[in-house]
Amino acid sequence: MVPAAVVTLQGVSKRYANGTLAVRGVDLSVQRGDFVSLLGPSGCGKSTVLRMMAGLIAPSSGRVEVAGGGETGDIGFVFQEPTLMPWASALKNVMLPLRLAGTARSEAERRARAALASVGLAGFESSYPRALSGGMKMRVSIARALVTRPRLLLMDEPFAALDEITRHKLNNDLLTLWEAERFTAVFVTHSVFESVYLSRRIVVMAARPGRVVEDLAVEAPYPRGEAFRTSADYAAHCRDISHALDRAMGA
Amino acid sequence: MTVTLSANEAADAPEENHAPRYAGLTAETWFRILAPSLIGVLALAGWEAVVRINEIPPYLLPGPLEVGRALIREWPSLSVSLLVTLQITFAALFVAAALGLLLSVLFAQSRIIEMSLFPYAVILQVTPVVAIAPLIIIWVDDIRLALLICAWIVAFFPILSNTTLGLNSADQNLTDLFRLYRASRWQVLCHLRLPTAMPYFLAGLRISGGLALIGAIVAEFVAGTGGRASGLAYRILEAGYQLQIPKMFAALVLVSLTGIAIFLAMSLISHLALRHWHESAMKDRR
Repeated sequence: MVPAAVVTLQGVSKRYANGTLAVRGVDLSVQRGDFVSLLGPSGCGKSTVLRMMAGLIAPSSGRVEVAGGGETGDIGFVFQEPTLMPWASALKNVMLPLRLAGTARSEAERRARAALASVGLAGFESSYPRALSGGMKMRVSIARALVTRPRLLLMDEPFAALDEITRHKLNNDLLTLWEAERFTAVFVTHSVFESVYLSRRIVVMAARPGRVVEDLAVEAPYPRGEAFRTSADYAAHCRDISHALDRAMGA
Repeated sequence: MTVTLSANEAADAPEENHAPRYAGLTAETWFRILAPSLIGVLALAGWEAVVRINEIPPYLLPGPLEVGRALIREWPSLSVSLLVTLQITFAALFVAAALGLLLSVLFAQSRIIEMSLFPYAVILQVTPVVAIAPLIIIWVDDIRLALLICAWIVAFFPILSNTTLGLNSADQNLTDLFRLYRASRWQVLCHLRLPTAMPYFLAGLRISGGLALIGAIVAEFVAGTGGRASGLAYRILEAGYQLQIPKMFAALVLVSLTGIAIFLAMSLISHLALRHWHESAMKDRR
């Protein structure tokens, strides 16, 4: 199968109303089924790029194209915070995208239960966000993003606020879900280690103005597990990406 | 490989506080009830003692026992007045809640409507009700309706301003999420903005409950209507004219108890509505 682009950015720039030039001249194309990380220092516009892919903000110039026109539910988005509705149970939170799309309650509930089970939260359907740990809340957030079976999953530093043990576990679980569901993933992070562990391709960005400076492949087979995390191959990739990031920050 | 929850994450989840309970309440709750009750009993005993030792006549300062006797003796007329005041208070509170909610939803739909109308809501709020009550009583033939309007004016603003604030406090990321899923204006209102505004609305209701009572009492004072079907404020006035000071105190006690009951009722409603999710109702968690 010839890989087809799921999302394409052509000469995209974004200037905010306050005059800040967030990103300038970004050309980027994400292939179907790929796992791409956007890596860069704070202020490099990686979140801005992600939000433009989601259609949450419009580019000031250039074009953002999502294959299939981007139907409702075709794009899942995971924020840095769990962003759950505190007044609703885990199940109701996961049902939200389906209910907004007009799916019948029983069908929405069935799919939401399945989505919660797929992220390891079977039995927590009736828990309110307040009673869940940070990692569990993030799992609910991922289940909500996946419940519509999106073709494109956009994640904005989803695990940045979690402790390292939980982050490693969620990285593994995210890869398991990715291999099972074959969605296309774009993952924003400022962790070199996380980007190498997860992705097949790493796009390194620089700040002021935000732009793409390097585009590197991580040639390591999936499934990746703890063995990969301790391999010489992993260490070599981390070193290369760190150097690329240093160059980006010096540029 | 399957996806499972790690023990590390599960251990991090907040747990319910299982403090030992005595007769269904925690030690903390008992303390909250007993400590102020003790102060109250001591104060009443001191008051009674001062009145008895100094032989203060009841037309200057009746002791609490005398006030209690007056409350029982005058109960037939006081209870009718209590009912009148309660009716006005709750009718005003209900109208204030309904109109406040409705208007704040309208405000939330458009900044232009909000900016055009909000100053007038403020004017309504800052104008002392004592000053406009005579006008309203002159303009409105039905005295009950006039009293209701006065009480409503006082109770209306906290609900309006709180709910408006709440409707505009929706989490930015959640708002983005609703946009991502192309939620309609109506869906955003029902599933995001109204639930967000709920704690604000309930806080407003709690303030307005007490204010509605104050508004009703003040308006009754101004109206000064006699007859059997008048409220507690008129009983206070009447007892004052007739130097029935114990009865005056008894009516005053009823007003205070009503205010406390309204506050407790609103707090209970708030607690029941928010206990699952809002920080304010979460004192029992670690």
